[in-house]
Amino acid sequence: MAFINYLVHLGILVCIYSILTISLNWAVGFTGLLNLGHVGFFGIGAYASALLAMSGVPVWLSLIFGALFAGVFGLLLALPTTRLKGDYLALATLGFAFIMGSVTRNWTGLTRGALGIPGIPKIVHGNYAFLAIVFIIAVVVYFIFFLLSRSRFGKTCEAVRDDELAAKMLGKNTFLHKIWALGISAFFAGLGGGLFAHYITFIDPSIFGLGDLILLFSMLIVGGLASVKGSFIGTAVLLLLPEPLRFIGFPSAILGPMREIIFALILLLILIYKPRGICGKVDLG
Amino acid sequence: MISIQRLDKHFGGVFAVHNCSFTVEENTITSLIGPNGAGKTTLFNLVCGIIKPDGGEVFLRGKDITGLCPHAIARLGISRTFQQARLFRNMSVRDNLRLAKNAGDAELKDILHKVHFPLGLDTRASDLSYGQTRLLELARALLKPHKLLLLDEPTAGVNPHVRQELKKILINLKKEGDTIVLIEHDMEFVMSISDEVIVMAGGAVLTRGTPEEVQSDKRVLEAYLGK
Repeated sequence: MAFINYLVHLGILVCIYSILTISLNWAVGFTGLLNLGHVGFFGIGAYASALLAMSGVPVWLSLIFGALFAGVFGLLLALPTTRLKGDYLALATLGFAFIMGSVTRNWTGLTRGALGIPGIPKIVHGNYAFLAIVFIIAVVVYFIFFLLSRSRFGKTCEAVRDDELAAKMLGKNTFLHKIWALGISAFFAGLGGGLFAHYITFIDPSIFGLGDLILLFSMLIVGGLASVKGSFIGTAVLLLLPEPLRFIGFPSAILGPMREIIFALILLLILIYKPRGICGKVDLG
Repeated sequence: MISIQRLDKHFGGVFAVHNCSFTVEENTITSLIGPNGAGKTTLFNLVCGIIKPDGGEVFLRGKDITGLCPHAIARLGISRTFQQARLFRNMSVRDNLRLAKNAGDAELKDILHKVHFPLGLDTRASDLSYGQTRLLELARALLKPHKLLLLDEPTAGVNPHVRQELKKILINLKKEGDTIVLIEHDMEFVMSISDEVIVMAGGAVLTRGTPEEVQSDKRVLEAYLGK
């Protein structure tokens, strides 16, 4: 029974992280915006949804508002930063994530600072039901991004990634496309954040940290840029592959670093043998 | 069709385009020639809005387009190619073309056939040779709805047979009502298809006229070879 609960827990995490990786892929892989602020949107969604739910708003509504809130932040962040390119955009968006972390640590009146927020209401009681819900949401998100990638909007985003000037010469308003791309990406990151908060029932400012950001980018690169399917596979591979380590019986002090070593190993192997990732369609760089 | 008036652009202390004025009539083929660094490509970039002029105006069919965003200018009916083809390299030939115009496969194949592009619609743009990228970019520029076509060295890297075909294509486009301005170094190509040749040197118009007039102008030879 405990083993099944453990599998259900893994299933839930794969679903939530898939939503995060696929939405990150929309900004990075499809539109070419090297957005390191994704954990910022993840955290905003988590905090907004948690705080709304705890103030009495129905959980489903707070989940949606949390995602919308993150989406609006995505649009706002995109306005000044998408004029930046490559590394500069990466630095500006990373700065955004750090600022969000700082705000949640210091705005103690709202967020309780480093103490975090415990007792966040669950969406449903029981992990089986929650797994069913996040699975359905993940499938819906998967299809939304799949359809987006086939749409005219999606193709134009890809054109912006490959050659923004050429896209402009075809009459495409590349600035607007980048803003919407980041907004959509942030919306779904916020949705993932809300689901995470209502599942774990506790969040603190570490949610804005580099650890999750590196994990998400590893999933993205392993799965491949500009592939919705790839993001799902990359998430599953990186979340599940290190799990058997738990059963070898290493002490937990070794287990953590071992996971990191496995992540690094997978990334290295992918970069050497399959530089586009498992399903990637775009050359790195 | 297009009127350029007293256009100025300098980079640091160097004037790339300086007090440059000319007009291009509708339904003509006009060639811009001149030595390297004469400001031809900068002029194209100014017309397209990629860089903003320091002074002067650009009018497209009487409408002032100076300072408009590049995509807005493109929507007003300017289509262009670049010296180095700018394709969407991770996308297929089909997607590259469909971004210019939402057309069906038959129309896309037709335009590829027109420019003698030898490969299929599913080919990835990054797999093309240099010459093929030029052809695909040209096809994309032709497909994009436009009134004015700006071509930056269309024959560079294209084999002699296709070069001859390109002449026919441009002459046909003119018959269909297009206005074409091209930057070109291949004098045989320029002299055989142009209605008018504009010679640029030092960022300004040195002289202009029919191919015959320009060929017999001593200043043109001096601009290329020195006195």
